[in-house]
Amino acid sequence: MIDVLIIGGGIAGLETACSLQDLGYETVIVEKEKTIGGHLNDWDTLFPTHRPASEVLEHYTEETRKRALTIYLNTYVISVKKQADGLFEVQTSRDVVFHCKSVVLASGYQLFNAERKEEYGYKIYDNVLTSADLEKRLKNLQGEFTTPTGVSPKRIAFIHCVGSRDEKSGNHYCSKLCCVTAVKQAIHMKQICPQADVFCCYMDLRMYGPGFEEMYREAQEKYHVQFIRGRLSEVAENANGSLQLKVEDTLAARPSRLQVDMLVLMVGMETAKSTELFAQSCGLECASNRFVKTKDHHIGSNQTNVDGIFTAGASIGPLSVFDTVNHAKSAAFAVNDYLKAMK
Amino acid sequence: MRNFGFSTTKSRTIDYEKIDNRLIRYVLENEPTFNACLSCGSCTAICSAGNLTSFNIRRLSLQIRLGELEHAHEELDKCMLCGKCLLECPRGINTRNVIMLMKKGLYLIESESKEKNDR
Amino acid sequence: MIDNLFILPFTLGMITLFVILFIKYGLWISRLSKIDKLRIVQSLFSRRTLAAISESFMEGLIHRKMFRRHGLLGYMHMSLAFGWFLLIVFGHIEVFVQTGSFSTYPWIPIFFNYFNHDSFPGERIMANVMDFLLLFVLSGVLLAYFKRINSKVFGIKKTTKLKPGDRFAMASLWCIFPLRLFAESATAALYGNGGFLTNTVALCFQWVTPEVETGLWWAYSISLGIFFVCMPFSRYMHILTEILFIFLRHYGIKLKKQFNSYSRIQVYSCSRCGVCIDVCQMHIANISNNQSVYILKNMRDHDLTARKLYNCMLCGRCESACPVGINLNDLRISQRIKASKEYNSDYAFLQTLPCEPVVEDKKPEVIYFAGCMTHMTPGIKKSVVQVLEKAGVNYQFMDKEKGACCGRPLMLAGQYQAAQKLIEFNREKIIESGATTLLVSCPICYKVFRDDYELGQITIKHHSEYFLELVEQGKISLKKSDKSIVYHDPCELGRGCGVYIPPRTLLSKTGTVLSTEQEKVTSLCCSGSLGDLSLSMADRNIIKAETLKVLLKQNPDVLATACPLCKKTFVKGVDIQVKDIAEIIVDAME
Repeated sequence: MIDVLIIGGGIAGLETACSLQDLGYETVIVEKEKTIGGHLNDWDTLFPTHRPASEVLEHYTEETRKRALTIYLNTYVISVKKQADGLFEVQTSRDVVFHCKSVVLASGYQLFNAERKEEYGYKIYDNVLTSADLEKRLKNLQGEFTTPTGVSPKRIAFIHCVGSRDEKSGNHYCSKLCCVTAVKQAIHMKQICPQADVFCCYMDLRMYGPGFEEMYREAQEKYHVQFIRGRLSEVAENANGSLQLKVEDTLAARPSRLQVDMLVLMVGMETAKSTELFAQSCGLECASNRFVKTKDHHIGSNQTNVDGIFTAGASIGPLSVFDTVNHAKSAAFAVNDYLKAMK
Repeated sequence: MRNFGFSTTKSRTIDYEKIDNRLIRYVLENEPTFNACLSCGSCTAICSAGNLTSFNIRRLSLQIRLGELEHAHEELDKCMLCGKCLLECPRGINTRNVIMLMKKGLYLIESESKEKNDR
Repeated sequence: MIDNLFILPFTLGMITLFVILFIKYGLWISRLSKIDKLRIVQSLFSRRTLAAISESFMEGLIHRKMFRRHGLLGYMHMSLAFGWFLLIVFGHIEVFVQTGSFSTYPWIPIFFNYFNHDSFPGERIMANVMDFLLLFVLSGVLLAYFKRINSKVFGIKKTTKLKPGDRFAMASLWCIFPLRLFAESATAALYGNGGFLTNTVALCFQWVTPEVETGLWWAYSISLGIFFVCMPFSRYMHILTEILFIFLRHYGIKLKKQFNSYSRIQVYSCSRCGVCIDVCQMHIANISNNQSVYILKNMRDHDLTARKLYNCMLCGRCESACPVGINLNDLRISQRIKASKEYNSDYAFLQTLPCEPVVEDKKPEVIYFAGCMTHMTPGIKKSVVQVLEKAGVNYQFMDKEKGACCGRPLMLAGQYQAAQKLIEFNREKIIESGATTLLVSCPICYKVFRDDYELGQITIKHHSEYFLELVEQGKISLKKSDKSIVYHDPCELGRGCGVYIPPRTLLSKTGTVLSTEQEKVTSLCCSGSLGDLSLSMADRNIIKAETLKVLLKQNPDVLATACPLCKKTFVKGVDIQVKDIAEIIVDAME
């Protein structure tokens, strides 16, 4: 009998597993991808320190190795059944059935599919990227940075709130991390292309975390990133592959026409499709933003409406690495309390 | 005299207690979604009429919220009701209805004051 | 003749009816436009009149469209209308058989059994025929009683609410035939001149005296009289108006967007059958006060509110389902025109726009108008241009950088004069270009170009039609894949312009087109419609979800549509690919 089955081998799952192992519980991680680390694998650097994401990833790889955690890769959960005795029966894609005392849902999030915002031209115009595409580009960068059409960019625009705070995308909520990511990426672009003009088109800037506001100020003072308060409405492509943006500068109360060589869409975080299916299969309540609903917003953010199923990380909503690690740690304690009470 | 958009005699301070709220009240009563506007400007940027003229639907609605109706009629007449703003609005505001209500409300206000003058 | 007095209610009722009808018809026809009157005069002695008579017979009496909708509902209407009609016809024949002449008082055939107790050759046959017809009508009356109790049996989920005046008329109508049965049976009991039905019922009437008999005939006559007097002031006026409407329609009179006498005739032709309520998608969002039947009622009663008027997607489902054939969309638009005529714009700025000079020697063959919506879907815009380039078409992109709206959204909102200004502006540009074909990629634009632009020799083509031509001419060739496609008919393209087949033919050259439960003329609206001004996002989402359920029932690989607005509406609600027909063509192009 396993004590805790953890769904998801990203940093939330790994942190929860490490902490629970240290508390003396037997844990198993089920990860649908072929490697651990989740989305962290895709990021180049992390805000607000610009530290390489690989450092954090290495930390967790090392911790995992030290504790010899049991991880099933390339495995996804098919169903979770709570039995009459309060134990869980978990069916996975590997024909393995796990029996466990509790389940931690650390399945994270997925990024908004920018193709749905057709007027922004993602996958239609070559030089339109998402924030995730840019991270990949930066991570694999060798030599000079160029746009997808091979131009060294003179003007770059970052568009905030793509697929978040938008009824028309079906996501009315604020994804809260895209603002600071845009500022981080804008600074990064200025660092590697100092000659380029960098614009950020935002509705509201939400610099909520420690060090975020400082980074925003640095972007203004040191890197002269230009912040335009206005939401992008339409993109057209010029013959040379550059892009024509239509944004109103709402502070000047005038429509502006911005021509850029590269457009970066700051895609928001959505609940993972797999999380949604999982929630349906075991009766987990979801909030109006489709993320898993926590039992108590203030003092029970790891608990769900089903006793014995806990959440860790961004399955409850958009969270930064900082927030995720903390939430995962608290998940371990919540599970500990639950298992102790069980005995 | 050239119009610089402000005058020296009239105070430019917004006095929220003295705002002429007749039009905005009429619009909000009939289209409550208009309350949710966050002034992002995507309506203005995408506007077909704005592409041809100086029409700025966001600025216009701000002015109407502040009760500044002097240019409202002339501005509203530029809108072609094409509905691009409706599709773009992140808050799901029925922008076309807002425009139609502004037009109607303004017409009602204008004909009311005309009646008063005639008397 | 003193005991003949009971014919008075009937006779007076009928005279009243004819006088009122004469006045109403006269006013309506006299208020038609000169051209429309000319049309009537010209077509009066043509085959159009025959066609109108035949349609009046098929729809007014047989109720063919009702039958198509629901068998029992059709039978109910047919037995009442056609049965009654036959009763009158055979009543006259009966008189003819007896007297050898058709010329008699109009009440004689109606009350024949009362007046004639003598036997004559063929009497038995006629009595049985008349009884059979009465039974036929009575079966309809019984069904009508039952429909009020349980309308679901008749395929109608919701039935119309009635006004007191309508109830009065309906009550008198429901009384007429049972009273006729009783009156004739009473006479049969006394004189034995009935048929199989009345003679049988007469067995229970053995106790009647001539006074009771006369009383029953009085009751029958009174119910007829009341019904005739009520008719012009109740919903039953539709029966008489519809006939006029059918004739005028056959004479080529078309409904104008501005409300006129013909619009009024259409409004009064509404039978309030409730079919429009049934097909309306607004019920899904619990909106049940704005369906066409209620709007027409409000138009008759002059109490239409703005909220109801503007809360309609103008998808046209009710119009295509209407058994009377009333132009419900344009009637509603006519009310919007009326409501907003005081504040139309003149778009003076259009006059001051710089005009690009026309280069004479580079006359394009095709002028492409993308329209506002297509500019929001760059995927469609890019695909259309790609196909045109590939096919080597000599084209001009009319609104590539700047352009005025086509005017349809204004038209839908009732801003008629304003729309005319945009139409004039665009029309001039299109004609000036010298192109022979106007290509559009948005059905909303397509509709207004076809209905309101008067472009003369220039043919107007939706891209699905034009691309099909290019394929047929061999200018582009397509490769068929094994993908399954469900095609969604956009309202303005399908019901609006009748284009159902070309998109399907074109798509079938790129994959397998699956058919759905509700398609073509019955296709559902995506809910993104510009016709509705006040429908909330939340309600739109509810309606959209239901539409998607129908479309995606067979799990297709691709959901295809031919309208940028439908595409934008659907794309946020599904996981599968939503593509415009132009994008699918580009993917399949060799």
